[in-house]
Amino acid sequence: MWEYTDKVMDHFENPRNVGVVSRIDGEGQVGSLSCGDALRLTIQVDKDRDTIEDAKFQTFGCASAIASSSALTEMIKGKTLDQALSLTNQDIAEFLGGLPREKMHCSVMGQEALEAAVANYRGVPVKSAQGELVCKCFGVTDSEIERVVRTNRLTSVEEITQFTKAGGGCGQCKPKLEEILARVLHQTAKEPAGKPARMTALRRIKLIEEAINTEIAPALNRDGGDIELVDVDGHEVLVTLKGACASCPASKQTLADFVTDRLRSLVDPEIVVREYHA
Amino acid sequence: MKTIYFDNNATTQVDPQVFEAMEPFFKDLYGNPSSMHHKGGEVAPYIREARRKLSSLLGCEPEEIVYTSCGTESDNTALWSAIRTQPDRKHLITSRVEHSAIVNNVTLLRRLGYRVTEVGVDRQGRLDMEEFKRALTPETALVSFHWANNETGVVFPVEEIAGMCHERGVVFHTDAVQAVGKIPMNLRESKISMLSLAGHKLHAPKGIGALYVRQGLKFLPFMVGGHQERNRRGGTENVPYIVGLGKAAELAEARLGEENSRVRALRDRLEEGLLKIPYSIVNGDRVNRLPNTTNISFEYIEGESILFHLSHFGICASSGSACTSGSLEPSHVLRAMGVPFTAAHGSIRLSLCTYNTDEEVDFTLGKFPPIVEKLRALSPFWKDGAPTDSALLTCDTDSCSVCS
Ligand SMILES: Cc1ncc(COP(=O)(O)O)c(C=O)c1O
Ligand code: FES
Repeated sequence: MWEYTDKVMDHFENPRNVGVVSRIDGEGQVGSLSCGDALRLTIQVDKDRDTIEDAKFQTFGCASAIASSSALTEMIKGKTLDQALSLTNQDIAEFLGGLPREKMHCSVMGQEALEAAVANYRGVPVKSAQGELVCKCFGVTDSEIERVVRTNRLTSVEEITQFTKAGGGCGQCKPKLEEILARVLHQTAKEPAGKPARMTALRRIKLIEEAINTEIAPALNRDGGDIELVDVDGHEVLVTLKGACASCPASKQTLADFVTDRLRSLVDPEIVVREYHA
Repeated sequence: MKTIYFDNNATTQVDPQVFEAMEPFFKDLYGNPSSMHHKGGEVAPYIREARRKLSSLLGCEPEEIVYTSCGTESDNTALWSAIRTQPDRKHLITSRVEHSAIVNNVTLLRRLGYRVTEVGVDRQGRLDMEEFKRALTPETALVSFHWANNETGVVFPVEEIAGMCHERGVVFHTDAVQAVGKIPMNLRESKISMLSLAGHKLHAPKGIGALYVRQGLKFLPFMVGGHQERNRRGGTENVPYIVGLGKAAELAEARLGEENSRVRALRDRLEEGLLKIPYSIVNGDRVNRLPNTTNISFEYIEGESILFHLSHFGICASSGSACTSGSLEPSHVLRAMGVPFTAAHGSIRLSLCTYNTDEEVDFTLGKFPPIVEKLRALSPFWKDGAPTDSALLTCDTDSCSVCS
């Protein structure tokens, strides 16, 4: 049995804003009956103030799909279109007190329906629907996947499937998903961390590697020293260190302190650096 | 809130008499039956008696029963024994609607170089007998078909199939996890080589299963260890659970008649009542079916949300929708039957037992229609009491392989 929060159950059992707005200014439809969930969002816009006057939904899907749709309408009513567009699927999930990982695609569906409805009102194409179709089974494009990976800081293909459904059918698109993931991870590793994200082991290792290669090693090199990453085990980072005066234990300690300090501030405050002796 | 338990194909409540029979084995009767002292000696007769009761339910010899830990272990034991005792036969036949205990071995077998035929079923979930007959060759190491399907309750003609396998000298295993205790059986008069069952589907606890292995059949153990179970399954006997399964088998044998009369009538009344809801359809052959199971699709709504609303009233059921499985596709059984996705996502399985009552059926029939109505009112595919032609019915990508 899924563990839904009380808020999810409340929005499921007493969904808000069901139906169609009285004057449809914008309409967004995502999902399909065959895919197992589908959402139709209609909005009524106050044209002078560019705000969403009213929003209503119709949803076919599981409890979390219905709750996410209901939450979405509550969140966007009264907002300007731009404010509404800045909502992410994370915001929808947070509004509901969280969703099971396997159900995160329900929040993504909400965000996409909103984007589609606003685009429809403005008479412009839907941005995330553009791009290359990656998952044929569930009709997901690369730009959609990229966005979801970024906003939710995903680190595995399995998570991409939980958030977008891509990869959950025949599985043929999985190599492509790997590629997109690697590309985005590479880019985001360079960006300063925004909201702290749940750090997976894989992500931690990637970040440590990145920090050593781009920051710490060059700094040591400048002083004639060097560092090599040997292994990462949880928060423990195993390295070989070479100082300018390699045999001097005191200087080694300062080296280790420097590396620890940098890794703690760049990657994770709990990191412990140990020196590896072959 | 009172619980109305209509999910007996998932698992059953332990019968109080079963629990009572097991209790002494958690207290004084703790001996290991292999031990050469009185504590060991005093439990052995109970195991013998339990084995006799189970063999009576199956209509076989007590020595033909090997205790296991669950249905899955029984299935795996049967499959790998057939493979390993016949190293030159490289072909297997099974169906597309088996339980994952069998299905998930297929990929592994193929990787090991085996050819596996997965015989299809028709729209009613009936096995394609012609396809099966064509597939059967002298190279076939094993044919494994379930006796009854866990999702739809559809019963396969396993005795007829066993006869055909026997004529050609092919080993036949049946996963009877859902059939034992619901269908009368007499293995002495059949040609079935091996049969799997699980205690928790017939009011014994979880953690005990059994495999029937026909006398004289070549056999290799799955769990290698001590001499227990006549060298067919290592590991100290799970004495309390074996005794519990014995008691459950005795009760099941006594209740077979009721299962096929009163429970069947309850199921039929529940089914007829639910079919009054518009756009509802039964999945599976209504003739050759377990007496306790019905699987109904409520079109244009999704199964998980039905289950949550039912659960609100204490009613327990299950669904073949994608959302309930944690996977993204509806049940492989409904897909193999060609149930359209539009109906598969809204499928609900109700599986009864002898504990269920007329009042429970009435209560459920009262609660169900408003739930369906409420969800349809939310659905973009429904308007004013009828389905709409919505653009959302199928994916907009032509290449979508899920729907096709
Ligand atoms: C047909 C069938 N086979 C095998 C099993 C597996 O039994 P167990 O869960 O005891 O391993 C089940 C249980 O759901 C079943 O329905
Ligand atoms: S193409 Fe993505 S799962 Fe089939």
